[in-house]
Amino acid sequence: MAEKLIRVLVAKPGLDGHDRGAKVVARALRDAGMEVIYTGLRQTPEQIAAAAVQEDVNVVCLSLLSGAHNHLFPKVVQLLKEKDAGDILVVGGGVIPDADIPYLKENGIAEIFTPGTPTSKAIEFITSHVQ
Amino acid sequence: MELLKEARNGNKRAIARLITLAESEAEEASHALQQLYAYTGGAHIVGITGPPGSGKSTLTDKIVKKLRKEDKKVAILAVDPTSPFTGGAILGDRVRMSDLNLDEGVYIRSLGTRGKLGGLSKAVHYATKILDACDYDYIFIETVGVGQSEVDIVKTADTTIVVMVPGLGDDIQAIKAGILEIGDLFIVNKSDRDGANRLSIELQMMLDLNAVKSEWTPPINMTVASKSEGVDEVVEKIKNHFVYLQESGELTVRRRQRLETEIIDLVIQKLTTYMTKKMSKEGSYEEELNRVFNKETDPYTLVNKMLNESLK
Ligand SMILES: Nc1nc2c(ncn2[C@@H]2O[C@H](COP(=O)(O)OP(=O)(O)O)[C@@H](O)[C@H]2O)c(=O)[nH]1
Ligand SMILES: [Mg+2]
Repeated sequence: MAEKLIRVLVAKPGLDGHDRGAKVVARALRDAGMEVIYTGLRQTPEQIAAAAVQEDVNVVCLSLLSGAHNHLFPKVVQLLKEKDAGDILVVGGGVIPDADIPYLKENGIAEIFTPGTPTSKAIEFITSHVQ
Repeated sequence: MELLKEARNGNKRAIARLITLAESEAEEASHALQQLYAYTGGAHIVGITGPPGSGKSTLTDKIVKKLRKEDKKVAILAVDPTSPFTGGAILGDRVRMSDLNLDEGVYIRSLGTRGKLGGLSKAVHYATKILDACDYDYIFIETVGVGQSEVDIVKTADTTIVVMVPGLGDDIQAIKAGILEIGDLFIVNKSDRDGANRLSIELQMMLDLNAVKSEWTPPINMTVASKSEGVDEVVEKIKNHFVYLQESGELTVRRRQRLETEIIDLVIQKLTTYMTKKMSKEGSYEEELNRVFNKETDPYTLVNKMLNESLK
C-alpha cells in the first residue's frame, strides 16, 4: 500500500455500443488496487486525451470491439503528445487482428491485449511499465 | 517554480500535475501550496451531495453548462469515498459530463479514497486550494452522501446542495438530521417520477421543524436533471446564496471557521504521520505495546510517554 497509486483512464472510443469488455477490465484493474477513471461509451480521441490530461493518469487503456483501432488508437497517442503528455502509457484491448499489432506499436501503443488474454497479464504489464 | 506558473496560466496539464503532487504530499507540492495560498479566496465553492444515483453528476453537468454560457471558469471535483480500502476504485462520474471534456474553461478531476483515514478530505482540500488559486470562478465538489465522509467534505464548501430523489424506499430515508443541517439548498431531482411532490412537502415540513434562526431559508427546488428542467432556477439560487453570504457577513465567518478547522486537521494529520514514522523507526513501539497487552503497564501511561518523547 505504501507504493504509488496507479491511475488509469479506461476509455471506449468508436461507435459500437458495448462496454462490457471495458467494464471487465476496469473492475480487474480496480481489484489490483488501481484507481480507474471510467469515461463511458463513444468517446472521441480528443475527449479521451483531454480527460487523461485533467485526471493526470499514468495509463490510458483503450477498448474497442470493431474496426477503427488503426485510426483511433494512434490518434489518442498523438493528441497526448501535443498536450505535452506523451509520457502517459497507452495500451489497447479488443478484437484486433494480429496483423495490425506491429503498426499500432510503431505508433506509440505500448501493448495490445486481444480477447482471451488473462487480465492478470494486463495488470502485470501496467505495473511494470509505470515508472 | 515552473509548474506553478504554468498552472496559474491555465495549463491543465500543470494543474493536474500539481493536484497529484499535493495528493501524495510531495515536497514540491508543499512549496507550491505555500505560494498559491495568497491567490485563493476568489472562487465560489459549491458542494453537491446526496445518495448514489440521485443525479448529482447529471445535475452538475447541466449547472456547469449554464454557467459556461456566462463565460465563468468552472472546476469539478468528483469525489467517491465509497470505494473499498484495497486502494482501488472505479470512478465513473465523468460519464455524465463527457460534453464538458473539450471545454477550455472547465476542469474535471475524479478523486477516490486514498486508502488512509483523512486522506480523501485532505486531497479535496489541496485540490480546491489549487483550483481556487488558478482562477476558477466556481468549484463544484460532488460527493456521495454516505455519512461522515460527505459531511467532512462538505465543510470545504461555501454553499452546500443536498440532492434527494423520490422512491428510494421509506420516504424520509435520506432525510437524516445531519443532512438537513448542512443543506443551503435542497433539490428534489427526478421529479418526473411519482412521489416527488410528496417528498418535497415532507422535506419542507422537516425543514420548518428544524429551522434555525437565519436570514437564509434553504429553498427546495424540483428538477429533472436529465432534461435540464429546473436547472436555471438552481443556478439562480446558488448565486443568491453567495450574495446572501457576502452581504450578511456569513461568508467571512464561515471561511474563518473553515480555516481554523483546516489548520487543526492538518496539524493532527502531520503529527500522526510524524509519530507513526518515529515510533516504527525506533522499534520500541511493538515492545511497549506488548507490555501494555501483558498488563505490565497501561495504555494511558504509554500514550503520555509517547507524546512526551515525540515532542522533545
Ligand atoms: N428519470 C430521471 N433520471 C435521471 C434524472 N437525473 C438523472 N437521471 C439518471 O439517473 C442516473 C444516475 O445519474 P447520476 O448523475 O450518475 O447520479 P449520481 O450518482 O448522483 O451522480 C443516470 O442514469 C441519469 O441519467 C432525472 O431528473 N430523471
Ligand atoms: Mg456521480
